[in-house]
Amino acid sequence: MNIIIVGCGKVGYTLVEQLGGENHDITVIDEKENKVHSITDELDAMGIIGNGVSYQTLQEAGIEKAHLLIAVTGSDEQNLLCCALAKRAKCQTIARVRNPVYSRDIDFLRKELGVTMIINPEMASAMEISRNFQFPTAVEVDTFSKGRIEMLHFRVTKDCRLKEYKLIHIRTTLKCEVLVCMVKRGEEVIIPRGADFDFREGDKVAIVASHKAANDFFRKIGIGSSSVHTAMIVGGGTIAFYLARRLLSVGISTKIIERDPDRCEFLSEMLPKATVICGDGTNENLLLEEGLDKVEGFAALTGLDEENILLSLYAKKASRAKVVTKVNRINFSGVLNDLNLDSISYPRLLTAETIIKYARSLNNASLDSNVENLYKLEDGKAEALEFYIKEESAVTGIPLAKLPVRKNILICSIARGNQLIIPGGQDELRVGDSVVVVLTNARLHNIKDILEG
Amino acid sequence: MNFSIVFYILGWILRFEAAFLLLPTVVGFCYTERREAVSYLITALACLVLGVLLGRRKSKNFQLYAREGFTSVALGWIVISLMGALPFVIAGDIPNYVDALFETISGFTTTGASILSDVEALSHASLFWRSFTHWIGGMGVFVFIMAILPLMGGSTMNLMRAESPGPSVSKLVPRAKDTAKILYELYIGITLAEIILLCLCGLNLFDSMTTTFGTVGTGGFGTYNDSLGSFSPAAQNVVTLFMILSGINYSFYFCLLMRQFKNAFSIEEVRWYLAIIFGAVAIILIDTHDMYSGLEESSRHAFFQVASIITTTGFSTVDFDLWPQLSKTVLVILMFIGACAGSTGGGIKVSRILLLFKTIRKELSTMIHPRLVKKIKMDQRNVPDEVIRSTNVFIAIYSAILFVSLLLIGVDELDFTTNFTAVAATLNNIGPGLELVGPTRNYSVYSSFSKFVLMFDMLAGRLELFPMLILLVPSNWRKY
Repeated sequence: MNIIIVGCGKVGYTLVEQLGGENHDITVIDEKENKVHSITDELDAMGIIGNGVSYQTLQEAGIEKAHLLIAVTGSDEQNLLCCALAKRAKCQTIARVRNPVYSRDIDFLRKELGVTMIINPEMASAMEISRNFQFPTAVEVDTFSKGRIEMLHFRVTKDCRLKEYKLIHIRTTLKCEVLVCMVKRGEEVIIPRGADFDFREGDKVAIVASHKAANDFFRKIGIGSSSVHTAMIVGGGTIAFYLARRLLSVGISTKIIERDPDRCEFLSEMLPKATVICGDGTNENLLLEEGLDKVEGFAALTGLDEENILLSLYAKKASRAKVVTKVNRINFSGVLNDLNLDSISYPRLLTAETIIKYARSLNNASLDSNVENLYKLEDGKAEALEFYIKEESAVTGIPLAKLPVRKNILICSIARGNQLIIPGGQDELRVGDSVVVVLTNARLHNIKDILEG
Repeated sequence: MNFSIVFYILGWILRFEAAFLLLPTVVGFCYTERREAVSYLITALACLVLGVLLGRRKSKNFQLYAREGFTSVALGWIVISLMGALPFVIAGDIPNYVDALFETISGFTTTGASILSDVEALSHASLFWRSFTHWIGGMGVFVFIMAILPLMGGSTMNLMRAESPGPSVSKLVPRAKDTAKILYELYIGITLAEIILLCLCGLNLFDSMTTTFGTVGTGGFGTYNDSLGSFSPAAQNVVTLFMILSGINYSFYFCLLMRQFKNAFSIEEVRWYLAIIFGAVAIILIDTHDMYSGLEESSRHAFFQVASIITTTGFSTVDFDLWPQLSKTVLVILMFIGACAGSTGGGIKVSRILLLFKTIRKELSTMIHPRLVKKIKMDQRNVPDEVIRSTNVFIAIYSAILFVSLLLIGVDELDFTTNFTAVAATLNNIGPGLELVGPTRNYSVYSSFSKFVLMFDMLAGRLELFPMLILLVPSNWRKY
C-alpha cells in the first residue's frame, strides 16, 4: 500500500516505524527539513520537504497513486485541509483533530471533507483510562469486538495464589471459565498452551473472561476486584476533561485538581457534577486533604511526564488506588515499566496504534478474511487480531481441539451473533463468527494463517 | 563501532563476489584456458568460505548507523579488491600482487588505469574479469546487494549514501530496496542495449561484452593495446553515445520511464552536462581540424575523447597526448568536472560544479549588497545550506588529497605533467592521463609506493572521499 504521512513529529515517526515494517511504501512530508531527515535517515521512507496543504507537494509525494494519507501535523486545520485536498486524488484519509471545539462537528466534517477517519488522541486516551478504572486491580484492559471482549492484564504478585496452580487447575480446581491468553515473563512473551504450564511470581498474565467470571477468578486467586467508585484527577487538561465527563456519566464521583483558576472555572462550568479543586496537585498536603489515601482511582494527567511519574509513585505509596500515569514521551518505556506504575497511558502511541489498526484492516480488505482490529500488546512483542470469517475454509467446522493451530497462536474468543464464547476444545469456528487470536512472532493477514504448515 | 554488523556485511559482499567470480570461470572454460579458469574458481571458493565465516553471526543489534555504513562500504571495496586481485596472480597473468591489486582497484573503481604494457597477452578469462569489475563497480556492489537482499530496514540508506555519487542522495521510490532495484534494472537495460548494438556493428560477442562493461560502468579497460582505435567508426560512435548516456543522472531515465518528460528535460545538471560536452567538442574541433582528414573523422575523435574523459571512462580512439596544448588542457579540465551525480561516472560531478558557481555568484552579490538575502536554487528548488556546505568541504578535501598525492608520488622524480595527470586521472577515475601515463602508455612507470598512493586516490574518488577518509580517523575504530 502506498501511504503518505504529513507531519514528521513523534506520531509520524512511530507510524513510519510500524507501517514500514509491514511492507508499505511510505512517503513523509514536512516543512522542516531536519524533521524529514530524522525519519529518512533512520527508517525506510522517502521524504518530501514542503507544505502538505499544497497539492503540488502532495503530487510530488505521489498522491495519485497513494491509498492512504495520514495527516498528523501539529495543526488541526492543516490536517483537515490536507485531507480535503487529498480527496481530489480519491485516496483514503485519516486526520488527527484534537481541538474539543471541532470534536462536536466531527461527523459533519467527516462527511463534508471526505475524511475517512478522524482521530482525537485526547479522547482516545480518556476512554482508555476510564476503562482501566472499571477494572481496578487488573493492570490493563483492552477491548475487542466493539467492546464485547475485555482482555485483562495483571501481574502475579507475592500474595497471589495463582502461582500455586498449573494452567489446567484454573478450570479443574478453581472452576473458573477463564482463558489465559499470554504470559509475559521478564522480556519474553509466552502463549501458554498445554496443561502443565505453571505460573511464577512476577509473571504478567493476560486473561479473557466475562465480567462475572473474571471477578470470581480474581477473588479466588486473591486479587480483590471491584470497580472504582471515586476518582481523583491531577491536572485539568483536555484528557482530564474528557475523562471526568466519561467517569461522571457512569456514576463515579470525580475530583479534579488544577492549578490555573481560569481553567478551573471552565471545568466547573462544563462539568457541574465534578468537584473542581484549584490548587497545586504536587502539594502532598493538598492531596491528602482531598483524600488521596481513600480514593480508589488516581490519574496523573499534568503536562509534565516527570511530575506525573512522581505523582503516581506517591499515590501508589499513599493509597491503594488504581493509578494511571500519562506519559507523552515514548522513549524509555523499558525503564518506566520497571517502576511498577500500574498502567501508563501514552497518548501518542495510542494515536499511532489506532491509525495502524485502521491501515491494516484497509490493507487486508480485499482478502477473504479480514483483520478488523489489531492490538499491540506488551511493547509489540505480542499482538491480538480480530478476524471476521466471511466464508467456509480450512479452519471452519472443526473442533478447536483437533485444529492444528500454530505454536505461537491462541484463539481467545469467538463472537457469534450476540453470544460471546470463551473457546474450549469442543467449540468450532463458523461462518459469520468474529474471532480474536493472540500471537507472538508472527504476522497474520488471514485467519487461515493460524494453521500449521 | 559495531564490528559485528560490519563483518556481517563484509561476509555478504564476499559471498556476492564469489558469485561474480564464477563468470570469468565460465569464460575461461569456454576458451579452454584451464589454468585461468581454475584460478578463478579457487578464488571464488576462497571468497565463499571467507564470506560464510564472516557473515555467520548476525548481530543482535542490527541498526546500521552512519559510521558503520561508511566503514562497511570503504572496507567492503578494499576487501573485494584484495580478493579480486588474487586470480591474476594465481593464473600468472600479472605475477606481482601489488600490480594485480592496482589493476583490480582500477577495475572496481571504474578508473581503467592499467599497469599492463601488453593487454592482448592476457587470457580471455582475465580480460573478462578486468572489464566485469567495471560493471560491478559502476553502479556499486552495495546497491546491488540492497536490490537483492532484504538486509535491514531504513538504515540501508547509510550504505547507499556512502556508495552513490553526488552531493545528496535522493530515493526514486519510497523504499531503498526498490530504488536499488530500479537503478539496476536501468543499468542492465542500458548494458543489454549496448551489447546488442555493438554486435550489430560487427564486433564479436566477447569484445562487445567487455567494451560494454567498460562503457556503462564508465571504466575504460580495453581488450586491445590501442584501446578502441581499431574498432570500426560505427562501433566507436555507439560507444561514444553510450558513454554520454552512462554519464547522465539515472533519475533522468527514471523520469522518462515514469513519462515525466518535462521533469526529465528540465534537470539543470543534465542540460549543463550536455552543454559542456558540446562546448568542449567545439573547441577541440577547431584546435585539431588539420590533424585528421575530413570533418567526420575529426568530429568522431573529438566526440569520443570528450565523452570518454568527461564521463571518466578513459577509452581512446587516438593518442590524445599528441593533440595540441589547448585541446589537452580542455581534456584535463573535463577530467575534473566529471559526469552527473547519480550516474556511474566519477570526477567532481557537474552538479557540484554548478553549485560551486552559484555559491560564487551569491558571495559576489553579497559583496555588493552586504545585506542581501539569497537562496541558492537548483531545478527551481532551494538547495539546503547543508548541501552547499558539504559541497564546499568536498572541494576542499578533494584539493587537499590532490596536492598531498602529488607530493607523495613526487618521490619517483617523474615530470610534472605525468604526475599531475596521473593523480587527476586516478582521483577522478578516468584512467589514462598525459605524457608517460598517456593513452598509449601505462602506470608501470611508478614505484610500488606511488601505486599505493594512486590506489587510495582511486578508491577515494569512487567513494566520494569521505568513506575512505573516515577509515583514517582513529575515533572511528573505538568501540564507544
